[in-house]
Amino acid sequence: MTFYTSASFFILLAALIVPAAAFGVWGRGLKCWGMAASAIMLAFLYSSSAVQAAAFGLFVAIATAGAFATLASWKWGAKSMAVYRISLACTLAPLVIYKVSAVFDQNLLAFAGISYVTFKAVQVLIEIRDGLIDDMRVRDYLYFLTFFATITSGPIDRSRRFMDDLKHQPSRSDYLELLSRGLLLLLVGAVFQLVFASIALHYYAPDRSLVVPSIAYGVARQIANAYLYALYLFFDFAGYSLMAMGASYCFGIVTPRNFQAPFAAVDMKDFWNRWHITLSTWLRDFVFMRFVRWATRRRVFSSRLSCACTAYVVDMAIMGAWHGLTPDYLAYGLYHGGLLAATEAYQKRSSFHKRHKQARWYRVLSWFVTMQLVIFGFALFSGQLRTIVERIING
Amino acid sequence: MDRNMLEQEVIDLLADICDDDAVAEERDIDLFDAGLLDSLAGIEVLVAIEERFGVQIAPTEVERAEMNSVNKIIDRIAERL
Repeated sequence: MTFYTSASFFILLAALIVPAAAFGVWGRGLKCWGMAASAIMLAFLYSSSAVQAAAFGLFVAIATAGAFATLASWKWGAKSMAVYRISLACTLAPLVIYKVSAVFDQNLLAFAGISYVTFKAVQVLIEIRDGLIDDMRVRDYLYFLTFFATITSGPIDRSRRFMDDLKHQPSRSDYLELLSRGLLLLLVGAVFQLVFASIALHYYAPDRSLVVPSIAYGVARQIANAYLYALYLFFDFAGYSLMAMGASYCFGIVTPRNFQAPFAAVDMKDFWNRWHITLSTWLRDFVFMRFVRWATRRRVFSSRLSCACTAYVVDMAIMGAWHGLTPDYLAYGLYHGGLLAATEAYQKRSSFHKRHKQARWYRVLSWFVTMQLVIFGFALFSGQLRTIVERIING
Repeated sequence: MDRNMLEQEVIDLLADICDDDAVAEERDIDLFDAGLLDSLAGIEVLVAIEERFGVQIAPTEVERAEMNSVNKIIDRIAERL
């Protein structure tokens, strides 16, 4: 069963939402039912492959042991950085082993959702170390980590926000409001993914031969492909995200949104505040900010700008690697890191930008340039550019 | 450290990072909306607070809305001193 795609998933989801709605209206028991529903969904998700199920179980055991060992160390006052670092390394290890082995077509320790659950587990560990999480029940942690609605495709929720939802079951009227919004989001997400993404995919023809009537036609076809892929990726991924939000709402979990009109972005920083928001804010909080704090404390860089530019490149390189250790994804990460660094330098240094940044014509121009850079990035992400280069080299 | 001394030190610290003395006068404006702080400068503020007052504030500890003006930053430090 594939989440948010298979007919069997939607039938099971509908069957699980009915009792959830009853518990929600009753005013109690939503959390317990949510945990049971999550376990049922995961059983279906991993039942087709014993290897995947074992990898998932191993990861959950490692992450849970690490989180609670670190929590105990912080609670007792020992605050052992060794315990924290070992836990962090062990939690990251399955994802790293999987991504590296995937380069050699081995997919060791792989299971659906490994990228997302790893980021959630790492967030918990870092916030225990920061002293922000000082109490947590094992079952709440497990529910957060393995919540079915967001396990395969995000959005990446935060544990303290998730557990706040668990503490306070909504009142009957609040739940009904949440349920109706949830069902609407499921519907809109399904339309995005099943209708709009399918239409874009229908016209997207990456494998069509480059032997075309003219060079101009070939170039136009490739440009059209790049735009169609961008539309497909947005509607497909935003559709998944909306459906995940909708399913979460039905179980009383207000999962954060992942997209906010990304094609209205007026610069690259603005784009990353609108595209895959929960990933970019996760990276901002746990990579970018930590890197800047580390570098500022040690005065690694002579200027604020060089610190910011390096932090952007590191941040986005990790984003690319998180997608996969392939030339396409790594290039995509470095490309966006470079663009963000260039945007930062331009906006800080250019008097032209400072003079005109509020002007309407400047914002329209900036939007247009941003969109071309974004589409070019997706052509890297999809492998379209690599294919073109390979075809040109090979004649 | 008394409140006046804390306020003066925070204003000096912010004036330095924001590179604008206006922070002393406009103590309730949103520093991010006003373009005086961004997420990078926000981290520099956290590091400076740690170095000057020994108060550690983790990057995800406080929502931006709770620490976006001079007075709110002073309050967050005062709570922890």
